[in-house]
Amino acid sequence: MEPFVSLTGVAVPLLADDINTDQITPVHRDLHPDYGKLLFARKRKRADGSDDPAFPLNQPQFRQAKILVTGRNFGCGSSRESAVWAFVAIGIRCIVARSFADIYRDNCLKNGVLPVTLAPADAPTFESLVVASNGGGAFTADLRTQTVTAPGGEVFKFDIPPEDRTTLLEGLDDIGLTLKHADEIAAWESRMQRERPWLQTARRS
Amino acid sequence: MPETLFDKIWAAHLVARRSDGRDLIYMDRHVLHELHAPHAFHRLDETQRQVRRSDLTFAVQDHTVASRPGRDDTTNPEGTPFIRAMREGTQRRGIKLFDLGDPEQGISHVVAPELGIVLPGTTYACPDSHACTVGGLGALAFGVGTTELEHVLATQVIALKKPKRLRVTVDGALGAGVTAKDVALRILAEIGVDGGQGHAIEFAGPVIRALPIEGRLTLCNLTIEMGSRSGFVAPDDSTFQWLAGRPFAPKGGDWDAALKHWRGLAGDAEARFDREVTIDCSSLAPQITWGIDPSQVIPISGRVPDPATAASDRQPAMKRALEYMGLTPGVAIEGLKVDRVFIGSCTNSRLPDLEEAAAIVRGRRVAEGVAALVVPGSSTVKREAEALGLDRVFRDAGFAWGESGCSMCAGGNGDKGKSGERSVSTTNRNFEGRQGQGVRTHLVSPGMAAAAAITGKITDVRKLVA
Repeated sequence: MEPFVSLTGVAVPLLADDINTDQITPVHRDLHPDYGKLLFARKRKRADGSDDPAFPLNQPQFRQAKILVTGRNFGCGSSRESAVWAFVAIGIRCIVARSFADIYRDNCLKNGVLPVTLAPADAPTFESLVVASNGGGAFTADLRTQTVTAPGGEVFKFDIPPEDRTTLLEGLDDIGLTLKHADEIAAWESRMQRERPWLQTARRS
Repeated sequence: MPETLFDKIWAAHLVARRSDGRDLIYMDRHVLHELHAPHAFHRLDETQRQVRRSDLTFAVQDHTVASRPGRDDTTNPEGTPFIRAMREGTQRRGIKLFDLGDPEQGISHVVAPELGIVLPGTTYACPDSHACTVGGLGALAFGVGTTELEHVLATQVIALKKPKRLRVTVDGALGAGVTAKDVALRILAEIGVDGGQGHAIEFAGPVIRALPIEGRLTLCNLTIEMGSRSGFVAPDDSTFQWLAGRPFAPKGGDWDAALKHWRGLAGDAEARFDREVTIDCSSLAPQITWGIDPSQVIPISGRVPDPATAASDRQPAMKRALEYMGLTPGVAIEGLKVDRVFIGSCTNSRLPDLEEAAAIVRGRRVAEGVAALVVPGSSTVKREAEALGLDRVFRDAGFAWGESGCSMCAGGNGDKGKSGERSVSTTNRNFEGRQGQGVRTHLVSPGMAAAAAITGKITDVRKLVA
């Protein structure tokens, strides 16, 4: 996985609550679709199929956005990981939300995307700076210092659990990390095979 | 220290603590579906990793399969590549697949409990947010994304941070025509779509104890809509009786040993939860969603709410919901004209759900202009329902009777409505576009859906009970 250390770029506001993964990436027909094109595929379009100029990600100043700024419970609904891959596909690797849905947040961590939740007192100020900048200035998210910095130099601290910070900073191979414990997994299985054999067997009987 | 059921299951499955601080939790059972598994198989090929425990892993075709009778791989052409990749991927890895045409095929969250694949006190992973359904048997379930799925296939564990514990106690007793679905919708109305975020929910109290197992599965199904990945009901004698003799459940001496273990699983009386919520359902009416998230719920006697009376931070979402749903504040929900009715999905497609709906439909006709569809949750449920003649009840009334799968819940199999249609549905998500672009979905119980089909309007099911 690509590590996340810091990221500088335009921040795009999508200030609504409860944006679900159906909206982020609708169910698609290809096994290997163009995830960037899938991103908000329905929300981006008007009824006649043309791009909706009111949708922020369609606006030229946000075409190169690297940070998404959004509301509460972002990524609720289906566990589909395409809803993270689509952001990665267009270069957005940091999402600042009032809060994240649990599975979505985990999916971010598995793809080198930094999920940031600011202190409730800071969030409105930060969001208003993002709206005011309107794509005109660069924001920086830095995981080492756990800060987000606005174009005018305003600095916002954020908390992140140490295990999430390590995962992202080091870009660790998740499966590789777990397989260092292969012996313990095998030992657990042997013990269960003795103590609760029905747990280690899933056969028609 | 006194422990909750959740703490006990967690501790019993803790394999090790990883160097980054996460707990490695062993997954006793893993069930895959065709929408997400092919990506994970592809990744395993790329990294040349093996499936660690194909014998504890099962697979179903559910999300993209057509519901049309006589279906095959190509009936829903959009599903064909997923269905074939699933077949190839599971064959090559020795994973049991409940394929199209298999007498036990169906929705993963219906099949895993009814076959006894998932058991009380077990851990369970599935690459689907409604994995939580199986919590109805007292299992601890984890809905996972594709990368996590690959991780479980390769290691049989998930690296997790322990969530907090929330207990939702439901007091009272349910009246006639009021079901687990109504309880779940009421809880959603009270705690909201992110009320359970970061928590595992234990559902408790007299109403929960009195629920049949299928009702507990329905309730736990909606845990994810409350923001929680895992929700469960402590197993009891009803659970054990329900499981006894099911094809993959332990038998003989193994069953006796399992039963002994399960009886010791209840949480300690003095155990502490991080948060407690109590909801009184003693005078609960049938519930229905009016908006575009599953917490936008009112009783059937209620009126569409006015954003002006809501908290200011909730007003934009409510206005958006009213616009999408084509509703004005103050309108009575009962009596709104209905175009489409769907009975099915991992929420409400088990035999008692179909019986509940059939009891309303029997001897009546679907109202003119309403497209009504029943899709049993599994081929097993379909067979059992047909043995009881329920298919005739529905067909005679004018319902279509489909082959099992996710159908109009997930939007992946081609079954969908037209823009502007009002759909009354037993599913779990009333999100914009979920049942087709512009379709206006109202979530209800099976009885309520049946009542809407018969009258052509949103109707209090209790008026149609003989």
